Amino acid sequence: MSRGSIRTLMLGDAQAARVVPPSGFTAQLTLFVSGAMAFLAVFALALSLSAGRLADRWAEELARSATLRINAPADQRSAQTDAALKILTQTPGIASARALTDEEQTALLTPWFGADLNLDDLPVPQLIEVIEADPGYDAAGLRLRLAAEVPGAVLDDHTRWRRPLVDAAQSLRRLGWFAIALIGGATAAMITLAANAALSANAQVIEVLRLVGARDRYIAQAFVRRFTLRALVGASVGVAFGLAGVMALPEASQEGGFLTGLGFQGLSWLFPLLIPLLGAMVAFAATWSAAHRTLKELT
Amino acid sequence: MIELENVGYSYGGGELLSDVSVQLIPGSFHFLTGPSGSGKSTLLKLCYGALTPTAGRARAFEADLRDLNRDQMAMLRRRIGVVHQDCRFLDHLPLADNIALPLTVSGHDASQEGSDLKELMQWVGLSERAHALPPELSGGERQRAALARAVIMSPDVILADEPTGNVDWEMSQRLLQLLVELNRMGKTILIASHDLALIRAAKSQVSVRVLRISDRRLQLAGADL
Ligand SMILES: Nc1ncnc2c1ncn2[C@@H]1O[C@H](COP(=O)(O)OP(=O)(O)O)[C@@H](O)[C@H]1O
Ligand SMILES: [Mg+2]
Repeated sequence: MSRGSIRTLMLGDAQAARVVPPSGFTAQLTLFVSGAMAFLAVFALALSLSAGRLADRWAEELARSATLRINAPADQRSAQTDAALKILTQTPGIASARALTDEEQTALLTPWFGADLNLDDLPVPQLIEVIEADPGYDAAGLRLRLAAEVPGAVLDDHTRWRRPLVDAAQSLRRLGWFAIALIGGATAAMITLAANAALSANAQVIEVLRLVGARDRYIAQAFVRRFTLRALVGASVGVAFGLAGVMALPEASQEGGFLTGLGFQGLSWLFPLLIPLLGAMVAFAATWSAAHRTLKELT
Repeated sequence: MIELENVGYSYGGGELLSDVSVQLIPGSFHFLTGPSGSGKSTLLKLCYGALTPTAGRARAFEADLRDLNRDQMAMLRRRIGVVHQDCRFLDHLPLADNIALPLTVSGHDASQEGSDLKELMQWVGLSERAHALPPELSGGERQRAALARAVIMSPDVILADEPTGNVDWEMSQRLLQLLVELNRMGKTILIASHDLALIRAAKSQVSVRVLRISDRRLQLAGADL
């Protein structure tokens, strides 16, 4: 499977292809299955890439920020907030810490309580946004110190509720890649079966070719060329349909969350274009090894 | 050119051929005869490496056939013209392409050697049938086409298995004529045939050695034919 043999394959020894009789029905089956597999591969790829993006974004946010809540009676609130900020600035591994302003806190609550909310009427805790440095801080140590000095402080580092989401997104990504590997393996198996069928259907032809002095390479090429081109054409059509399907999915939006983010972004639109090439490579390898296995058994 | 040395062969049951020794020297003309089922085709296949002897050794062009890899075996087939007992064509290709097949598979540009091909087809009298498909041909036409295909690479040796098997007397004389001409051009010829009249006809034109398979062994037949 040298570069030379791939080149002669693609430039095409039309004569070599002609020595094997045309085979209508298996050819159409191969085209159909390659197309269907490529179509599925587009969605598996969209799933993995979207899940991957989600996992990365959530993991990034998870790693970088935390919130400190100060639950204290109104008269101690600002004193405890100052004490907490002082501790935070002294803690190694924290890049910055900042108490949210009343306006920011109001904005956070507006979706639940309406726009005409007056914070003074509610026992709303003071929130402090903590931005982590790299390397990060020791959350357990910080909690101990806060418990001793700022009794109303609760550190919420988001890990607790986001970790499972990140895990889920990462499993989804792995699942997508696994599906792609399965699709590749199934394609290889299908092409191997089809190639074996073609080889045994043409046993007489192969015998004649050996009789007149054809080398294995020449005989194999006639079959390899066919199946590679069929897989390439079938997969290209399948990818075209798959991409059309992905484009028809709704745009990513804030409200839709994960489901509407399914698809490709920017340069990742180019990835599906690799599917026909990979399909052709799988077909090439599968037919090549099937042909050599068969030919070795003949004299 | 081709040499069998104490060769034995068995398809798995008892031995079909035992202790067969023969040497085809350049320019010789041999007939191989024997009753049907005596192993003529088998012996020819041993000569061009389609079968490997179960005892002894087979040599062609100084090389032990057992030592050749698959590519070297393909190269050997290009130097030995074989007329198979049932011809064996690619039924989906027209006759001209079938005759040119050895050129095609060895990477020659068949169109460049088109004039040779035309001459050859004229020689075997098939010019009119160039575009016919093999299944449309008569027995005699198939045999002549198979002979044309066997010689298109100008091999040094021609092995023909029952080349006059299912053709009438006149046609078998024509085929013999072609083989005699090839022998006069210096080719080594081995013909398997049980047609004694054909052998007699050949004897009157060239010096022929007749080998006979009897009782699993190969014997040189005398002048008693
Ligand atoms: N591939 C094979 N497998 C098993 N037996 C075979 C095979 N080919 C030929 N034979 C047997 O070997 C014997 C000799 O066959 P063959 O060489 O074709 O004889 P001939 O050409 O003299 O008629 C026959 O009995 C035949 O049945
Ligand atoms: Mg025979």
